[in-house]
Amino acid sequence: MALKLKLHTQPDVPLEADCISPDRFQSLSNSEVSAQIVFHGNRQVPLGEFFDCSGEFDGEIVIDGDCNNIKHIGSVMSFGKITIEGNVGVHTGAVMSGGEILISGNANDWLGPEMLGGKITVKGDAGHMVGSGYRGSTVGMQGGEIIVHGNVKNETGHVMRRGLIVVGGNSGDFTGVNMLAGTIIVLGEMGIRTGAGMKRGTIISLHNAEMIPTFSHSCHYQPSFIRHYYKYLKTLGLNIDETFLNGTFERWCGDSIELNRGEILLYAGK
Amino acid sequence: MKIKATEIVDTFAEAFKMVGSRIIITAETKEWAMAAAQSITGFATSVIGCKCEAGIESEIAAEDSPDLRPGVSVLIFAMDAESLGKRLVERIGQCVMTCPSTACYNGLENGSPVTVGGQLRYFGDGNQSSKVMGENKFWRIPVMDGEFLIDDSFNVQESVGGGNILILGKDQKATLKAARAATKAMRALPDIILPFPNGVVRSGSKVGSKYKTLIASTNHAYCPTLRGVVKKSELGDGINSVLEIVIDGLNPEAVEEAMRVGMNAAAKPGIKQISAGNYGGDLGQYHLKLHQILGAA
Repeated sequence: MALKLKLHTQPDVPLEADCISPDRFQSLSNSEVSAQIVFHGNRQVPLGEFFDCSGEFDGEIVIDGDCNNIKHIGSVMSFGKITIEGNVGVHTGAVMSGGEILISGNANDWLGPEMLGGKITVKGDAGHMVGSGYRGSTVGMQGGEIIVHGNVKNETGHVMRRGLIVVGGNSGDFTGVNMLAGTIIVLGEMGIRTGAGMKRGTIISLHNAEMIPTFSHSCHYQPSFIRHYYKYLKTLGLNIDETFLNGTFERWCGDSIELNRGEILLYAGK
Repeated sequence: MKIKATEIVDTFAEAFKMVGSRIIITAETKEWAMAAAQSITGFATSVIGCKCEAGIESEIAAEDSPDLRPGVSVLIFAMDAESLGKRLVERIGQCVMTCPSTACYNGLENGSPVTVGGQLRYFGDGNQSSKVMGENKFWRIPVMDGEFLIDDSFNVQESVGGGNILILGKDQKATLKAARAATKAMRALPDIILPFPNGVVRSGSKVGSKYKTLIASTNHAYCPTLRGVVKKSELGDGINSVLEIVIDGLNPEAVEEAMRVGMNAAAKPGIKQISAGNYGGDLGQYHLKLHQILGAA
């Protein structure tokens, strides 16, 4: 049986609730969970002022309510599962190293920043800086998976080093900016300046995109590794046309202002 | 014991512990996958002279293959994991990577990993790149038709080599017909291969030779032309041709099942006896008893 947190009072200002994590709850009773300290603005208050706690922790936490104004849920978590039945605020899953976060609604900015492992799934949209590094940081996401079924905004996968980010819809500008390695797949359209400053890594899109001039065109071909992603994405319930499987991709290499070892693969049709 | 008119000799096949691996080769078409599979299983009949034994296990439909393209499953066996690892690198590098449009994947879920793609990647001369999906790591090696995709490591597991049956017939024609029927039936089974040409070997061997440099020589007890010459021929009257089917498998049960199916299929008119090759029982770790195998079924 999962531990259930039901939001009964919307915070007036963002609530910092990094205590909502399987690592923190695993040895606590429900009353102790309710007594966990959260920051409401600059005030320290117990979690129970905003959430009713019920059920029993068995490795899973289920959060019910619109948590768009609640930050840092699942930060630094290493195991277990958090299910959020609604929207969620910024910094969800920050620096998490294991476990799973499932969000049925939308996620705000900074989803899974500097993530090390585990998996985040968003059924709706996500904001800016998905799987990216914090400002001033040279390394972003270093492992795990972030699957967003809807759209994302700018700078997805900024300084990403390892792992997989999948966007079922469109992505904003600067997708994979300064990327070090890893894989970003965008099933919809990408904004401008995709892959700017990327050193290594792969960005795949099922649509054409405007390439920056520091990328050079290599060829069009059928990369067989994409077939593995196709199989995997199908298991995630993402809607991918089968023509993608047998289609060709334009391969662009860059960014030549950096190592020039990155690649952007744009679906070119059958 | 008899199957129809064919006597099943009360003896056993002496088989050996080996180490085996399954590799899955996929390609743009079934023909290209098969071309690579035939190439990688070439010159791999006996570990004595070829350093490994290999064969095609089965074809794989596109919908069942790792990358949704037509594939072929190949089994390769050697005496130890280190040797098998070297054979995999050599053979995949020379026979699969060279074949247009192919990709190559580990086909065993269990076992110990040996690094294969992780060594072949250097062919990319620094332009190779890796992809990690879940527990799997692939290498993408740039080649002239695009990329060669290969798993970083392949699993190897303890296996069985040298299971066999001997088909003793009245003449070559009848024995060939029985051997073909047996191999056809056995090839439908999983987890085994028949490493010799068309699955059949005519030059069965014994351990040692009168020549000091040879570790194996013709199995004179089963050579019909030597019946009147050698001291102890195993061939009775009316037996003028003997063919052997050697079976390597990923486990003893699979080898025994292949022997059972093979014996039943080979028991045809003109086949006097079905026997098995052994070395007195002192060399091999597995004694696969013909009567027991048929009785168990």
